[in-house]
Amino acid sequence: MNENIKRFSYPYIVWISIVIVIPVLLIFLYSFIQSTGEPVVFRFTLQNYRDFLDPIFLNVLWHSFIIAAISTAICLLLGYPVAWVVSRLKPHRQSSALMLFILPMWINMLLRTYAWITILSRQGILNKILARLGMGPFHMMYTDFSVSLGMVYNFLPFMILPIYTSILKVDGHLIDAARDLGASGSHVFRKVMLPLTMPGIITGVTMVFLPAMSTFVIPQLLGGGQYIMIGNLIERQFLLTGDWHFGSAISVVLMAFILLSVWAMKRFDGGGSQAGTAGKGALPW
Amino acid sequence: MVKKWLPNAYLCLIFFFLYAPIVVLVLFSFNASSRATGTWTGFSLEWYVELFEDRQIRGALGYTLIIAILSTAISMVVGTLSAIGVYKLRKKARGYVLNVNYLPIISPEIVTAIGLMILFQSIRLNFGFTTMLLAHIMFSIPYVILQVLPRLYAMDPNMAEAAMDLGATPWQAIRMVVVPEIRPGIFSGALMAFTMSLDDFVISLFNTGNGVTNLSIEVYSMARRGIRPTVNALATLMVAIVFITVLIANQIQLRKKVRG
Repeated sequence: MNENIKRFSYPYIVWISIVIVIPVLLIFLYSFIQSTGEPVVFRFTLQNYRDFLDPIFLNVLWHSFIIAAISTAICLLLGYPVAWVVSRLKPHRQSSALMLFILPMWINMLLRTYAWITILSRQGILNKILARLGMGPFHMMYTDFSVSLGMVYNFLPFMILPIYTSILKVDGHLIDAARDLGASGSHVFRKVMLPLTMPGIITGVTMVFLPAMSTFVIPQLLGGGQYIMIGNLIERQFLLTGDWHFGSAISVVLMAFILLSVWAMKRFDGGGSQAGTAGKGALPW
Repeated sequence: MVKKWLPNAYLCLIFFFLYAPIVVLVLFSFNASSRATGTWTGFSLEWYVELFEDRQIRGALGYTLIIAILSTAISMVVGTLSAIGVYKLRKKARGYVLNVNYLPIISPEIVTAIGLMILFQSIRLNFGFTTMLLAHIMFSIPYVILQVLPRLYAMDPNMAEAAMDLGATPWQAIRMVVVPEIRPGIFSGALMAFTMSLDDFVISLFNTGNGVTNLSIEVYSMARRGIRPTVNALATLMVAIVFITVLIANQIQLRKKVRG
């Protein structure tokens, strides 16, 4: 009997092999070959990766990492207190607050990013307000500042939601017990709350860092045409210069870099045995 | 005293940060001037008129809706049947399939996008409507499966067997016994697929061609040239649709709660 129903999965297995597995293999394959001549001849090469070792491109990778890391850190610093405050609200208030965090995510990301141009540009709203206060005008658009701001704005909810969930799971009695035993506020935070909410922090950091590292929309709109992050580099190879092989090699480097960062973070957490359970459902690593 | 107002003030500040740009976006769609970026020069509906007269945008709206409807319908049916099949697989096989199923959800969008682009190029598909539709189906099905599977686990495994023992074919068992049980999962999966398809930008951008675009691609190509009030007008309409949808969904939920 079960055999009959099991068969419904076979077409899907074929489908995911074609549209999920093969594309990943193709990216790998493309990164190791170059096509030359007419008719096209493919040959194996490491040249695509060697090209990437150019200081210009390594700089782009490093800069992307720094910007993504700073944005993630800001999200964490802003988001943790938010999650904490929300978790202390009355239950019905909590669900409305969460709804208000999720609602903007339903609005197209391009539009939410675009909105900042009106605010940050030289003649923009923020400079107008600052001028009234006798400051500025500041040059904010097309800088690291505007790009990081765009990332924090777009990804902050990804940080708040998992941390909020992990705070809810913490047994309130543990905090009371620590207090009764004489721990100060900062002590309770460092020794009790922080370790117990670490799984939420790890999930949040991953969910912010991953899109921040690979986005090309935010740097394009808020950083301008000259502002290149690794996502823009890949986009250009595929949509502008047409060097798909080099583009694939950069993608492989990007994926390796992301996996390495996530792995390093888990090590930093020390074993990460808890992170595994909290990440489940959201991110399988 | 401090303890009481400080957290609430902080929360309000964060909400201000999240919503101020959206308010600005909407407000400036009614601004008369096209050049001045941060100056209010009077109320106007000019940009809405321009938006409705823009053939390119109307075309993009059409493609966005058709692709969202088709990809949702297809991934809803295929995803549900596949989830039922996957559910019956042996544990190890199921683990493999689900891991692969996760890949597009966790990998960077741009990597998924170029992977498909290379695939379509390799099999000599012409970039355009078909490739964009296939791409949307590709990223939608995993979400449907992930929404349907928990419902299957929650269901009594003997029900389908009982139906078949009583003479139902597997098709009948699925249609008349299993599907009614997992309907909420199918609908939430379809809703996710629909909204993701409406919103998709990165994967669409790489897997389209021949003048086929969607709203996100249009917004991108207009916005990268700087401020355009028509983008604000379009944004306002999209924001309005989202808010109305959420409101209606909330009302339905509330009514259900009252009745239950």
